[in-house]
Amino acid sequence: MEKNKLLVGLAGQQNSGKSTTFNMLTGANQHIANYPGVTVDKKSGSYRHDGQRVEIVDLPGTYSLTSFSLEERVAREFLLKEKPDVIVNVVDATALKRGLYFTFQILEIGLPVVMALNMIDVAKREGIDIDLSRLQHSLGIDIIPTIGRKRVGKEELRTSIRAAATRKEGKVLKIGYEKIEEQIASLEKIIKQTALAESYPVRWLAVRLVEGDSEAEKIVSSTLGHDSEVAKAAGNVQEEFAENHYMSIADYMVGCRDRLASSIVEMCVKETRTGKKTITERVDTVVLNRFVAPVFLIATVFIIYQLSIVKGYDLTQYWWPFLAKFRAITAGILPDAGLLVDPYVRSMGLWMVDSANALLNYIPIFLILFSLIAILEDSGYMARIAFILDKLFHSFGLHGQSTLPFILGGVFAGGCAVPGVMATKGIPDEQSRMATILTVPYMNCLAKIPFYTLLVNVFFVPYKSWAMLFLSTITIFVALLVARLLTATVLKSKETAPFVMVLPNYHVPTLFGVVQRAVERTWQYIKKVGTIVVAVSVCVFTLLQFPGLGKERMNYYEGEMESAVAKFYQKIEKSSYAPQFQDETSLVNLINVYNDYRTARLNVKGADAAKALDERFTSMYPDLFVFLKPKKDQDARIVNKSLRSLASERKSLRRQIKEEQISTSFLGMVGRSLEPITQYAGFDWKINIAILSSFAARESSVATIGVLYQQGADENKSLEERMAQETESGGFTPLHALAVMVFFALYPPCLAATIMIKVQTGSYKWMLFSILFPTTLGFVVATFIYTGGSAIGLNGIQMMGTFYVLVVLLAIITGLSKSWSNKPPKIGNLPDLRPQNND
Amino acid sequence: MASVKTSSNYPEGGKHMRYKSNCCSLSQVKAGKRVRIRCHHAQGAVRQRLLDLGFVPKSEIFVIRRAPLGDPIQCRVSNYCVTLRQAEADLIEVESQV
Repeated sequence: MEKNKLLVGLAGQQNSGKSTTFNMLTGANQHIANYPGVTVDKKSGSYRHDGQRVEIVDLPGTYSLTSFSLEERVAREFLLKEKPDVIVNVVDATALKRGLYFTFQILEIGLPVVMALNMIDVAKREGIDIDLSRLQHSLGIDIIPTIGRKRVGKEELRTSIRAAATRKEGKVLKIGYEKIEEQIASLEKIIKQTALAESYPVRWLAVRLVEGDSEAEKIVSSTLGHDSEVAKAAGNVQEEFAENHYMSIADYMVGCRDRLASSIVEMCVKETRTGKKTITERVDTVVLNRFVAPVFLIATVFIIYQLSIVKGYDLTQYWWPFLAKFRAITAGILPDAGLLVDPYVRSMGLWMVDSANALLNYIPIFLILFSLIAILEDSGYMARIAFILDKLFHSFGLHGQSTLPFILGGVFAGGCAVPGVMATKGIPDEQSRMATILTVPYMNCLAKIPFYTLLVNVFFVPYKSWAMLFLSTITIFVALLVARLLTATVLKSKETAPFVMVLPNYHVPTLFGVVQRAVERTWQYIKKVGTIVVAVSVCVFTLLQFPGLGKERMNYYEGEMESAVAKFYQKIEKSSYAPQFQDETSLVNLINVYNDYRTARLNVKGADAAKALDERFTSMYPDLFVFLKPKKDQDARIVNKSLRSLASERKSLRRQIKEEQISTSFLGMVGRSLEPITQYAGFDWKINIAILSSFAARESSVATIGVLYQQGADENKSLEERMAQETESGGFTPLHALAVMVFFALYPPCLAATIMIKVQTGSYKWMLFSILFPTTLGFVVATFIYTGGSAIGLNGIQMMGTFYVLVVLLAIITGLSKSWSNKPPKIGNLPDLRPQNND
Repeated sequence: MASVKTSSNYPEGGKHMRYKSNCCSLSQVKAGKRVRIRCHHAQGAVRQRLLDLGFVPKSEIFVIRRAPLGDPIQCRVSNYCVTLRQAEADLIEVESQV
């Protein structure tokens, strides 16, 4: 009797080629979810084989199936709870013995197993000859040689999965434990009499208990309570053995498994290595050479930065028109703009589209970035980056694999914390991973740059490049210090993992694998971030719009507008076109078309393009174009001239309304009420609002400031000039600007990044922490800069230097103090406490 | 059962060890040397990871190189490369090959 659906678990060690095997079996038909309650990805896919549906779950790649790490627990839990019909064990043929340790653990669970002996071609090339039939015979399971990257062995593997699912008891290898077999057997007997036998494989549980596996102990105590017969018996076995043999029973069992693995390898594997170095070894002697390594690493990082951030940013120019079109279409669907105020539906709709577009604009960057990362990962160089930089990062509580998240976050001024936080997934050490997640947002993301540029151009004109250098490097030092602080305090109790890992052989990445991963990660970004950002942008919109202007003020503005319109009518009275604009709708329409034309004209360069633009507008608005460009038509000229002053009057009124609206809005009230506190850091309420609104997306900070500093906008002065003019009279000094910039550098991640932090840490608590901690830190530092700087009478650039030196010194001291304590202890003058063992 | 931790019967890691003349901890081995593992004093996750990756007593380890900053260490175990930090290598007692 066949089930109509087979569940298959794909298990294997890291770098055994598990994901290529998964791709080979399922093709593009995959989806990703999370295992319940944890942040580990659950990747599953399905295919049909002879009319039967087969669902494959890709288990997390781990070195073993014990209970020391989250991934291992997740993988084991799946095998025990879901009881898949078949387990496919992917084993790296070039490291068979290591793979066998893992295979033994799977066999002990007692489910049907098929082994995919992967990378068989590489093994052959390295002179490793594996006798498949012997191996098959000694393990008692099907063994299919595969080359996942070239899709060799797919049909055989599928057939074998099917066969294994229906096969009755086979002669599967039983892992023997020599001297303690008797004790294990008696423990099995005790377990069989309890409720445990129904839900867990008895032999597996007995072996794990004897070994002292903490999760197995938990299983027993949660089912049978503390002090159960089973627990006592297992404890007795351990104690007895330790007394009699001067070694722990766990070590003994490891020895048994090692001997078994060795004997199988000896029997089935013939190494005909001619002693010459493998390609990987030869590449490593260059790439990991003491002197070449740093150069090569910097070059790699530079290329990634150039291709993804710089070139990707260029690509957004071609991508942006599509988003602009999307905005235009939405604008067309929404109710038309009013003369003075737009309908709420329109302004909110456009606000949402703008917020989403600001983030969607980065898609080309992400696609390139994620492809390059996938290449780095698949080629095997990523693990080497961790190897090279681990010492540096480890001194600050981070991990060698923190490099990449920091690069993505924008070490060189220009990245994005969202992919940065996403890339922390690969860090095996929970403590370092959390520290990385919480410090990546300190890097300078693309959206912080315009704000810096604005302030630097206003306040640090003579020291422009120094100020930019300061901003792009200070964040790294601060991030390292924060990481050290967090790992020594709030993250202290987090699980750490040993930095013991395999450096995989170099491989040429497959196109499918790279493209698939890049698209998958980008899509995750769009889905998870896009939806939430749009939802929250509505909240921010509401906070900025309401309670809105009072009736009195509104009446005033309406009066102003009416008189402007009246003036317009008066001016065009004599023109023959006058009757055409008697109703308001046609007038508003005319102004909007005029504005559209002006905006488009500003963005167009060259005579040809201008001509094309004119033609486009002529065909779109055949009746109105004459007013946009009147040429020799005298009457039209009058309309055009009057229209120009009306449009500018309207623009200025609308801007005034907007300013008043923002400053009296809920967010404005918060900004004003914070002024008594933030004045110590040198922030006035306008800066407060800019900072608050930038939480939705950093891009908006410059826009908000643009609205707030608008005096002189009509005289076509740039925002820089306006700000300089207004702030000078308000006593805003470079020291203020420095405090604001540093605050902005340390300020919490934007909304999208905090959402990603929630996703990666799996907790709202950490998300909240990631908002509150940087805000406090930023405020304290900004206060230090502003209040401290004014107290000792330093100006902006002097304080910048002082602060920089302080931070760098602190970072160096912290980094060194850690590595001193890390020095290997002196050995030689201490008593030998080790009991004599029997070797 | 919690009282019978397998580890409690053993002294703490390699920090308190004194080695025989031809023995030392893996962290002291120079690059390019081949050694044999005698035992290790790691516990818990480190111990498990070392065992998983073939740092099993009596197996041969070849120290390939150290990272440019001096730590971690790259070793070859049978025919694959493993990296580990000094701190972990401290826990592994090895004897030089004769």
